[in-house]
Amino acid sequence: MSVDIDTVKRVARLARIAVDDEAASRMSGELNAILGFVEQLSEVDVENVEPMTSVIPTHIRMREDKVTDGGKADDIVANAPQTADNFFLVPKVVE
Amino acid sequence: MTDLSLTELTIADARAKLRAGEVSAVELTDTYLAAIDAANEKLNAYVAVTADKARQMAAASDARIARGEAGALEGIPLGIKDLFATEGVHTQAASHILDGFKPRYESTVTANLWADGAVMLGKLNMDEFAMGSSNETSYYGPVINPWRAEGSNTDLVPGGSSGGSAAAVAAWLCAGATATDTGGSIRQPAALTGTVGIKPTYGRCSRWGTVAFASSLDQAGPIARDVRDAAILLKSMASVDPKDTTSVDLPVPDYEGAVGQSIRGLKIGIPKEYRIDGMPQEIETLWQKGVDWMRDAGAEIVEISLPHTKYALPAYYIVAPAEASSNLARYDGVRYGLRVAGKDITDMYEKTRAAGFGDEVKRRIMIGTYVLSAGYYDAYYLRAQKVRTLIKRDFEQVFEAGVDAILTPATPSAAFGVADQDMAADPVKMYLNDIFTVTVNMAGLPGIAVPAGLDAKGLPLGLQLIGRPFDEETLFRTGHVIEQAAGRFSPKRWW
Repeated sequence: MSVDIDTVKRVARLARIAVDDEAASRMSGELNAILGFVEQLSEVDVENVEPMTSVIPTHIRMREDKVTDGGKADDIVANAPQTADNFFLVPKVVE
Repeated sequence: MTDLSLTELTIADARAKLRAGEVSAVELTDTYLAAIDAANEKLNAYVAVTADKARQMAAASDARIARGEAGALEGIPLGIKDLFATEGVHTQAASHILDGFKPRYESTVTANLWADGAVMLGKLNMDEFAMGSSNETSYYGPVINPWRAEGSNTDLVPGGSSGGSAAAVAAWLCAGATATDTGGSIRQPAALTGTVGIKPTYGRCSRWGTVAFASSLDQAGPIARDVRDAAILLKSMASVDPKDTTSVDLPVPDYEGAVGQSIRGLKIGIPKEYRIDGMPQEIETLWQKGVDWMRDAGAEIVEISLPHTKYALPAYYIVAPAEASSNLARYDGVRYGLRVAGKDITDMYEKTRAAGFGDEVKRRIMIGTYVLSAGYYDAYYLRAQKVRTLIKRDFEQVFEAGVDAILTPATPSAAFGVADQDMAADPVKMYLNDIFTVTVNMAGLPGIAVPAGLDAKGLPLGLQLIGRPFDEETLFRTGHVIEQAAGRFSPKRWW
C-alpha cells in the first residue's frame, strides 16, 4: 500500500494542515517509509486477542454531581489571539 | 567568576547543608542562576529562565527553614520541562504554535514540587510536543550534550525528548529536573548524558496540566544525578489526583528508603529478544557487566523471553501518532497561541497549523490521521492495540513466573552528532533509538535508566531496569546496585 500525493493532500485536509506540492511530495516519501516500517505488524497472529484499552486496570471514579469550578472566563480567554467581551473572535463562519 | 562548586551537590547533600544552615536557599539558587547564565548560550538547555521567581521562592524557603517548617525539597533548585504548565510562565512544549502561552494554572506535578519547597529555575528545552529522540525538533533549536567524545569538539545530541532536562542535570544547571516519557523520552536522554531517569508506572504521576502527546502512554518522571535523587524527586512528583482519572489511588511509598536495600534473592530476567542484530559489541559487553553486578550482589539471573518485543516499536508508531493527531487538534489559532490569518476559518486553521507545527509534529499528525481514517482503522489502529495486549501479556507471564525486574540496555548506541545525516534522511532511523524503551510504555510499566559505563570514545552508556506495575522501589534498589558497581560519570566542562 502506497500513499500518493493526492492521499497526502486529502489527509492534510482532514488534519487541517496546509501543504503545498513540494511538501506533499516530501511527506509522501516519509509516510511511505513509516507505513512500510509498521507493515510488519501484519505478521502477528491477533486472532481472539482483545485490543488494549487501558494498561492499568482502572474504573472510572465517581464524584458528587455538583459544581466545583467556574467563574473563570477571564482566565479562559487570557491567552486567546483575539477576543471581545470574553468571547473568542474567529473569521466569519455564517454568511 | 562565581564559585560553581555548590551546583555539584546532589539533592540529598544540598538538603543536608540547607537544613544544617551551611548554605542558604538563596545562595544555592543564585549559584545555579550564575551557572545557567554562563552556559546556556552554548548548551541551549533552558528556553526560559525565571530568575526573579526563583529568588523569591528561595527566600521563602529560607524563611521556612528558619521556622523549622522545611518541606521534603525545601530550597532545592529544579528545572522544569517546557511540557508542564507553570502559572504565568512560558509553557510552549517547545513549539511555535503555543507562541506566548502563559497558563493561568499549574500542573499537578509541579504544584506538588512547590508544595514540598522546591525552587523553579526555569523551563527546559525539549523536542517539540515531546516528539523526537535528539532534541532537534524544538522550535528553540537543539540542546547540545555537555558530553563530547574524547579529543573531539563535535556537538552531540543529548537525546530526547527530555534533552534539556538531561543536559541541564548533567551540566550542573539544576539539581534535578522534571521530564516526561511517552516512548523513552526520560530514559534515552538520561542514558546519553550519564544521568539517572525513571519513567514510573502509568498512573503514578498525574498528567493534569502536562501538555498531552499520547495520553495512554505519557507519564512524568524525574531526571537526576544519582539514583537517590531520582527517588527523592519521584516521591514528591507522584500523587493521586482527582483531576486525572488515570492517576492511581495507591499510597506513594518512601522511595528513598529502598535505596541501599539488598537485592539478595531477587530474580532478574534477561530477555533474549533484546539482543538485536547489529548491536554494538560495547553495548553487549556493558549488558553482561550489568548481569555480573546483579549476580555479585546476590540476585539470581534468569534467561527470559518476551516474544513480541520486535513489534513494540511499529505498534507504537501507530498508537502514539493516532493519539497525538487527536490531542493536537486543539491547536487551532482560536483559544491560545499562534494565529495566522486566512480567507475563511478553515483557511485560518490550516495556515496556523502549517506555520505553527514543525516537520516531525506534522509527520506524526499526518500518520495518526491516516491510520484513524475511514477504511484503515481496523488494519492499523485496532491491530496495533491488539499487539499491545500481546506485549503486555509477555511481561505479565514473566512476572508471574517470579521475575522481580528485567535488565536490558537503555539505548542501542551512545550520543550521536547534531544534524546526523542518516537520521535526517530517514525518520525510522531516529525512531530506532527507542527500541529498548518503548516496550515499557506500551505495557505501562516502570523503567529506570542508570549510567553504567563509558564507550571507547568516553561517552556515557546506560542500562535499563524494568519493573512490575507500581514496584518502582525494586528499580531504585537494583538501580542503586548498578550505580555502586559502575560509579558515577560526569562530563568535562568545556562550556
